Amino acid sequence: MAAIDEIILISLILIPLIAAIVAMVFPKDNPKPVWYFAIAVSALTCLLSIIAFLGYDYSEGGYQFSRTYDWIGDPVNISLALAIDGIAAPLVLLNGIVLLGAVLISQTIIHRSRDFFVLLLALGSGVFGVFVVQDLFFLFFFYELAVLPMYLLIGVWGSSTDFGTFLRTKEYGAMKLMLVLVGGSVLIWIGILALYAQSASLGSPTFNMIELAELAQAGQFSQEFQKWIFPLFMIGFGILAGLWPFHTWSPDGHVAAPTGVSMLHAGVLMKLGAFGIIRVGVMLLPEGASAWMPILIVLGTVNVVYGAISAISQHDLKYVIGYSSVSHMGYVIMGIATLHPVGVTGAVLQMFSHGIMTALMFAMVGSIYERTHIRDTNVLNGLIKRMGTASCFFAIAGLASLGLPGLSGFIAEFMVFVGVFRTYLPLAILAVIGAAITAVYILRLLAKTFFGEADPRWEDLPDSSPVEKAVGAVFVAILIVVGVWPAPLVRVINIGVDSVLQGL
Amino acid sequence: MSGLTANIYLLTPEFILAGLALAVLAIDLFLPDDKKSILPILCIAGLVAVALVSMMMLPGVNISLYGGLLAIDAFSLFFKIVFLLIAIFIILSSAQYIKQYLSHQGEFYGLLLFSVLGMNIMVQSRELLTAYIALELLSFSLYVMVAYSLSNAKSNEAGLKYIIVGAFSSAVLLYGLSMLYGATGVTKFADIGLILSGTTELSPALWVGIALIFVGLGFKLSIVPFHMWAPDTYEGAPLPVTAYLAIASKTAAFALVLRFVCEGLIVAEALWQDWQIIFAVLAAVSMLAGNLVALAQTNMKRLMAYSSIGHIGYILAGVTVLSADSIVAVNSVSFYLVGYAATNMLVFAAIIGFFNATGKDNISDLRGLADTQPLLAASIAIGLFSLAGLPIFAGFTVKFYLFAAVASSGFLWLAGVAIIASLISLYYYLQIIRQMYIEGADTSHGVASTSGTVSLPKAPFSTTVVLGIGLVVVIWLGVYPGPLLEIIEFASEALIG
Repeated sequence: MAAIDEIILISLILIPLIAAIVAMVFPKDNPKPVWYFAIAVSALTCLLSIIAFLGYDYSEGGYQFSRTYDWIGDPVNISLALAIDGIAAPLVLLNGIVLLGAVLISQTIIHRSRDFFVLLLALGSGVFGVFVVQDLFFLFFFYELAVLPMYLLIGVWGSSTDFGTFLRTKEYGAMKLMLVLVGGSVLIWIGILALYAQSASLGSPTFNMIELAELAQAGQFSQEFQKWIFPLFMIGFGILAGLWPFHTWSPDGHVAAPTGVSMLHAGVLMKLGAFGIIRVGVMLLPEGASAWMPILIVLGTVNVVYGAISAISQHDLKYVIGYSSVSHMGYVIMGIATLHPVGVTGAVLQMFSHGIMTALMFAMVGSIYERTHIRDTNVLNGLIKRMGTASCFFAIAGLASLGLPGLSGFIAEFMVFVGVFRTYLPLAILAVIGAAITAVYILRLLAKTFFGEADPRWEDLPDSSPVEKAVGAVFVAILIVVGVWPAPLVRVINIGVDSVLQGL
Repeated sequence: MSGLTANIYLLTPEFILAGLALAVLAIDLFLPDDKKSILPILCIAGLVAVALVSMMMLPGVNISLYGGLLAIDAFSLFFKIVFLLIAIFIILSSAQYIKQYLSHQGEFYGLLLFSVLGMNIMVQSRELLTAYIALELLSFSLYVMVAYSLSNAKSNEAGLKYIIVGAFSSAVLLYGLSMLYGATGVTKFADIGLILSGTTELSPALWVGIALIFVGLGFKLSIVPFHMWAPDTYEGAPLPVTAYLAIASKTAAFALVLRFVCEGLIVAEALWQDWQIIFAVLAAVSMLAGNLVALAQTNMKRLMAYSSIGHIGYILAGVTVLSADSIVAVNSVSFYLVGYAATNMLVFAAIIGFFNATGKDNISDLRGLADTQPLLAASIAIGLFSLAGLPIFAGFTVKFYLFAAVASSGFLWLAGVAIIASLISLYYYLQIIRQMYIEGADTSHGVASTSGTVSLPKAPFSTTVVLGIGLVVVIWLGVYPGPLLEIIEFASEALIG
């Protein structure tokens, strides 16, 4: 074990990154070998992420698996500092699982599949990187690395949506997503440079987040400074988390993306944003966070309600899930904004739970779309008769998303509600109403599209492939296990949240 | 002062280079047309030899020759090697182009070598007149090279425009020099620094003199608002010359600016602070204007021209924050120049390869390149991602380093403008990538094979080599720049401290 401890975090970053470069030499026209290769790589990273999660000693807490690799020395001081805490550990696990699922689901990518997996693995590496680094330079490095492949992944392999009166092309979705996300990273970049300049003016220029957090604890960053800089991170990272009113890239992007990419994007990438708000915003600028949280929680509430209402009016399956993601990320934002241990723990648990749930939904919708080439809920009816497994799995994910007890969504949303009730009571009521609206669109969808009258048009519809069923089954199992026995996750998250909130 | 011949052996690389240029011109006269392809090989061999001689002879030397006219130090050695490498890669990537599209190959290579000589002397000069002569040696070679495509009206127009603007800017520069000399009586950078640090208030003549010097250099560097010649010249010039203009001449001019500012201006701290504001504004205007106008371009060369104006703006931001206390700013400018040169080399080598195969250079001509020429498409895409400042490529690391240096010197707003400008640039870089990867292949050029895919003539081996090395360098600088930065730091220390 000790040997693995030494290299586990660096392996999580380097294995997919090197594999992405190696994958470039695979034959251009034969999709199978490169798919098997990507499965092997993502299975390995999934295994490593499980080891990292289980190996994280919650009784000890703090940063574990810490390693520092020198990169650029004096006078700029950038090093690849790696470590995970209780917040990062479950998210690493989440990325390991969803990456493997997304690679498996991408069996259907035939056109230029080599390039697809090169980009997908690079994206996976970037996401792992953001979760495990403790240096702002590399945080930003991996953040951009996770955003960079999206343009081509959506633009080349995505699909356009025809709304009758207007067309949402994949090129539009890809360009919008890319520019908005990089626009967000502009704010983050300026914020990082401001922190660096501030530390330089204190005589010890550093990008190291642990050292910067110590400076913040020691009260070296003035309240004025924190109040100016925190919104850069709040909005910059918030854009990736789907924060209203900067969320519009997200439904368009998710819908245009191919299935595997939607899974990763809605499942994991949006969590990078929420993670960034906690890790960089709250930890490094605690006073700024306290000052801005009342605004953030209002925005988060709008996310919940607005996202849910928008989802009601959609009749494209993927847009329904896209807006439901916006709504559910609202709970995450609300939970973080409470700055209350229960609320923030709920937020992190919601990130994990929503990651699995939404990835499962996108996978099943992808499976349906692959066979029918239609996502219009006015046309799709009674799918349970033909695609029983996919429909069942979708139904379970849907029930998890409306917060049915026994599934993971319930615990997470309940904890967020408790946190909000203790801090901002009126908003909690709105959030609960949001959950009720979720029930409306999910149940309506289930009643008609999946369990409704069977449409003779879909009589010859083949059921999902074995790979899709296997991925779905594992994801459903995770939703149920976390729903009935959340203790292991909550314990780990709690320890991380406590040490973050100590600084306040 | 111990006579003109003391230590003259330290100039061996320059003597070899001058000899090589003359030899290439002479050999060309006796070569039959079908044997001309040994000329590029000869040039490359010679340039490699010059680089090796410099590497063996000069490390560790820190001497001023001729009473302080030329500096043989780590800084000049570093940039000399950079220029030689750029020249080698330009020749490698464009030998095919030159054979295919240009007549009088021998003179072309000769001029190229003379311009390298000019750049080498420029980075060593620590005196205004020497610098001016070196700059003119570079410029005169470029004037001819820009107009080298005799039958092409655009190339002729570009040459004319370039020579008129170039002569004008040289005149401005020279006028500035004379005013500076009139006011101070010295021309060596270090002496100028001494006099400036002794005065608290600049006399008008001195102020105008320095301003005119920077206006002259601003024209050469195509800093906004002195940039108007650049897009037309870039578009008209033969592609290898465009690449050479964008990469080598800019790098060399910035090397000169670095030495002039570090030895002559920053010593006078109070006065330098006034100049910093002017530079900061010019930098901000350049990066915004360059990148915004680039949005509207449809021609690859014009786009690269405006993109390079934007990058010049970033580098100028690095020059703005030069200070006597810290070498970070010098590091960051040198580092950016290397990253910029490597990335542009990659992009231009691929564009030249594409032009050789199709004779086209509009952005829309790149449609479907990912299917027809995957290596060219990947090189252009990676190069553009790097120029846009995305990891894991050189552009990200050098930008982050430069902007961090700018921000930590109290110019956070300038770093912010630079970051926003690089967001703008992402849009037009993505448009090109979209043409190559997302749009379907255009069947109007190349040969349609039976399977319906289009195949272009294969790129020559030398292009593949350049692209391969370019990709490795761009990724290497992006993920592990430590060793290069150590060398750069060594070079910077020769300039400051």
